[in-house]
Amino acid sequence: MFGVYVHWPFCASKCPYCDFNSHVRESIDHAAWLRSYVREIEHYASLTPGRAVTSVFFGGGTPSLMEPETVAAVIGAIQRSWPKTAQDIEITLEANPGSVERDKFAAFRAAGINRVSLGVQSLRDEDLQFLGRKHNVKEALEALETASKIFDRYSFDLIYARPEQEIDSWRAELEEALEYANGHLSLYQLTIEQGTPFYGQHARGEFAIPDNDRAGAFYEVTQDIMAQAGLPAYEISNHAAEESQSQHNLTYWRYGDYAGIGPGAHGRLTLEGKKWATRGHRAPEIWLERVAEQGHGSHPFEAVSGGQRFTEAFMMGMRLREGVSLSRLAEESGQPWDARLDRTRIQALAEEGLLVLEGDCLRPTIAGMQRLNGILSYLL
Amino acid sequence: MSKPLEHIRNFAIIAHIDHGKSTLADRLIQTCGGLTAREMSEQVLDNMDLERERGITIKAQTVRLKYTAKDGIEYQLNLMDTPGHVDFAYEVSRSLASCEGSLLIVDASQGVEAQTLANVYQAIDNDHDIIPVINKIDLPAAEPERVQQQIEDVIGLDASDAILCSAKTGDGIGDLLEAICTRLPQPKEGDAAAPAKALLVDSWYDAYLGVMVLVRVIDGTLRKGQKVKFMATGATREIDRVGVFTPKLEITDELGPGEMGFVTAAIKDISETRVGDTITDEKNPCTKALTGFKPSVPMVFCSLFPVDSSEYEKLKESLGKLALNDSSLHYEIESSQALGMGFRCGFLGLLHMEIIQERLEREFDLDLIPTAPSVVYHIYSTKGEKQELYNPVDMPDVVKISKIEEPWIKATILTPDEYLGGLLQLCEDRRGIQVELTYAGNRAMMVYRLPLNEVVFDFYDRLKSISRGYASFDYQLDGYEEGELVKMTILVNAESVDALAMIVHKSQADPRGRQLCERLKDLIPRQMFKIAVQAAIGGKIIARETISAMRKDVTAKCYGGDVSRKRKLLDKQKKGKKKMRQYGNVEIPQSAFIAALKMGDD
Repeated sequence: MFGVYVHWPFCASKCPYCDFNSHVRESIDHAAWLRSYVREIEHYASLTPGRAVTSVFFGGGTPSLMEPETVAAVIGAIQRSWPKTAQDIEITLEANPGSVERDKFAAFRAAGINRVSLGVQSLRDEDLQFLGRKHNVKEALEALETASKIFDRYSFDLIYARPEQEIDSWRAELEEALEYANGHLSLYQLTIEQGTPFYGQHARGEFAIPDNDRAGAFYEVTQDIMAQAGLPAYEISNHAAEESQSQHNLTYWRYGDYAGIGPGAHGRLTLEGKKWATRGHRAPEIWLERVAEQGHGSHPFEAVSGGQRFTEAFMMGMRLREGVSLSRLAEESGQPWDARLDRTRIQALAEEGLLVLEGDCLRPTIAGMQRLNGILSYLL
Repeated sequence: MSKPLEHIRNFAIIAHIDHGKSTLADRLIQTCGGLTAREMSEQVLDNMDLERERGITIKAQTVRLKYTAKDGIEYQLNLMDTPGHVDFAYEVSRSLASCEGSLLIVDASQGVEAQTLANVYQAIDNDHDIIPVINKIDLPAAEPERVQQQIEDVIGLDASDAILCSAKTGDGIGDLLEAICTRLPQPKEGDAAAPAKALLVDSWYDAYLGVMVLVRVIDGTLRKGQKVKFMATGATREIDRVGVFTPKLEITDELGPGEMGFVTAAIKDISETRVGDTITDEKNPCTKALTGFKPSVPMVFCSLFPVDSSEYEKLKESLGKLALNDSSLHYEIESSQALGMGFRCGFLGLLHMEIIQERLEREFDLDLIPTAPSVVYHIYSTKGEKQELYNPVDMPDVVKISKIEEPWIKATILTPDEYLGGLLQLCEDRRGIQVELTYAGNRAMMVYRLPLNEVVFDFYDRLKSISRGYASFDYQLDGYEEGELVKMTILVNAESVDALAMIVHKSQADPRGRQLCERLKDLIPRQMFKIAVQAAIGGKIIARETISAMRKDVTAKCYGGDVSRKRKLLDKQKKGKKKMRQYGNVEIPQSAFIAALKMGDD
């Protein structure tokens, strides 16, 4: 497993709930960005010779604002720099379901994208407006239809447990969405992140999000509907048929290596047995400068200790329905797994119906998945 | 040369809180030239920050004043400012024992209050001549005639020649000083030639001078260089300083019969100076010691724990420093599973407890967790042995107990009659027994016998809230009586929380248990597991609440970029866990217990 993540840090406008590294600029020098992406790809490739890339993901920001030529050139650079990379790997691009973006789908396909993930977020116009989205339901459905004609694989995102949302109306909306689904859906509960416009509005009481019990009910209803539809959760918020799971995201959750290309992108690289964390400068202009100066735009690489590797692998792996392999955890930390996990505590959680321990595999139940933060802090 | 006895007047000032006692004392000092106007800061006698802020006097103070009366004689007036609050009744009684007269201050608009009564009866017990002083006559709401009548009706004191004054404006202060000289008696006894005999009234630790001993000389003289003996402890010391407060500290040559002042004698440890002890000349001792005082007995107990367990040593040191100046503060080490290492402390009363806590937090910058206040129970075992129980945690097994006795008090409550109904209900709810109910004008005086443990809980707060602050309250101890008392424990997932154990009357156990369980239900955060919170008496569960498990607690999005951030968050949580206590499978933040202990009875 070796993923390459490419971050496009620009959006046409910022959504009030989003705390991702995105910026709004009047003009963008696409040629300069392409040069820097290629340079950083070549740099990370020189550190990891002989690896074969197993997935590529264009995230953002709004990567569907990229010029298809840039996307094509970046994919080309990845294949050239890691020559063992297979031809048919999963290459995903996040896209806004607006009319402008929709018109570029074919060009993206030609550039090498074989999977799109559309930020639909809602099938209700008033909610799209509340979420600060620029598209409407009609455009979103058209974008989905176009995507289904052009791409073999596509997914879309919905945000639920919105203020004032009723469970029944969410059920109806989700059933509707399922008619447009193609094997994969990401369903996120709305969370209020610090530093976003929603944070202040929420703190001032301008709107409320469901309390713990209601949020739980929302999650449970969602699990039921999705399981019935044959798209069970393979991760906390991601639902797919077995063959449609996102290979790229699985790399994160299975704690594989990934190179982070672009401003604010993170990476995990195992070099000669040691794990390193890379982290690109968040400001686009600084990142560009650093790439020009040193070949990559990351802050100094940070060594990840055995204990930290254990924690990271555990907290990511437990997000998955498949859970973690205990021997794999031991490998990451260089210690027996039970040096870091208390068997009696695992037992207590198992009795509570939150975990299952089977041989080498520790995995959460559905009840455990929806309480994962508690499990992690109880066990770690 | 010492003053002749006939030119000395020793008097105390007694009053209900806020009736202007300290302001009046200040005015007397100023009028007699004890301090220049520049040196006068408001209420010079209350020199602890806390005293000034709360408007209360904690330690008794003495000041020597010079006053030339209309008869042309310069009198030596020794003024004792006494604490007004019931908790410090012990200090009051000491002060009164070293004087011959008292000024009874009553606020011209508020009238007689509960503490006025308690203090005046003490003064009468000490055979004092009493001058009633009606203060604050400058206030628009002042009704001196009504108050005069009230003093006669409620206290039974002749108030026809009460002095009317305003300590604030200075009105009537001259009359008062004259009255002190003409109406109060001189010291009763005193033989300058007899062997030295002095009463140890109080002592405290001064960072520069060591232990300072406040004395009232009966016979003979005390002077620098003299070898003296403390009759109760048998210790001998050489006096290295003799002096008085004017209120500035002034060194004098000697202290003679009838005079009050201080001595120092290179004493390092305050425990050597027992209040009420008799000080005499080592070589030429007096034959008989003075009767002295009963030692002060702590009445209210609570445990104090540092919020940050690493501050245990600091708490220990700080209590030691406070105890240097407060012989009535008792403390010993206690270890609690829920709250860590701390101290079981004994106090004279609720205010004393509050003041000590506040001083620890303010002067020593400590963050404290106080447990619910409790009283001293007498436990009789089936073998007939008596044990004093200071901490509910130490209560023996019920099968080994034949009976439990609890302390009772006699409480006096004065209130505007419109609040009478609510206050009677309060007293009844707290197992009170009415002794007396009388009226003076539109004010009612209630006398009730009450179990002290019902009062330490939150009685005073309730009293104040029912009466909108207008009722006043005072009490005195009134013996021990057998009661149907039980130890109630709080269980979290079947494990008992020691810090929340309490002794309650059987009739109160159910509501109190329910209340605490409900409170904890709100305070303990939901977790992975169901949590049972129960109140139990022995093996019997009397109340139960269930905190259901968390229904959802998960981060919606977590991708490659979130790994470091989420890991750091987990590490931070791990540090926070140090403040958690383990009960079975669940971890309960210490803060939940603290909040449960802090909340009032509402």
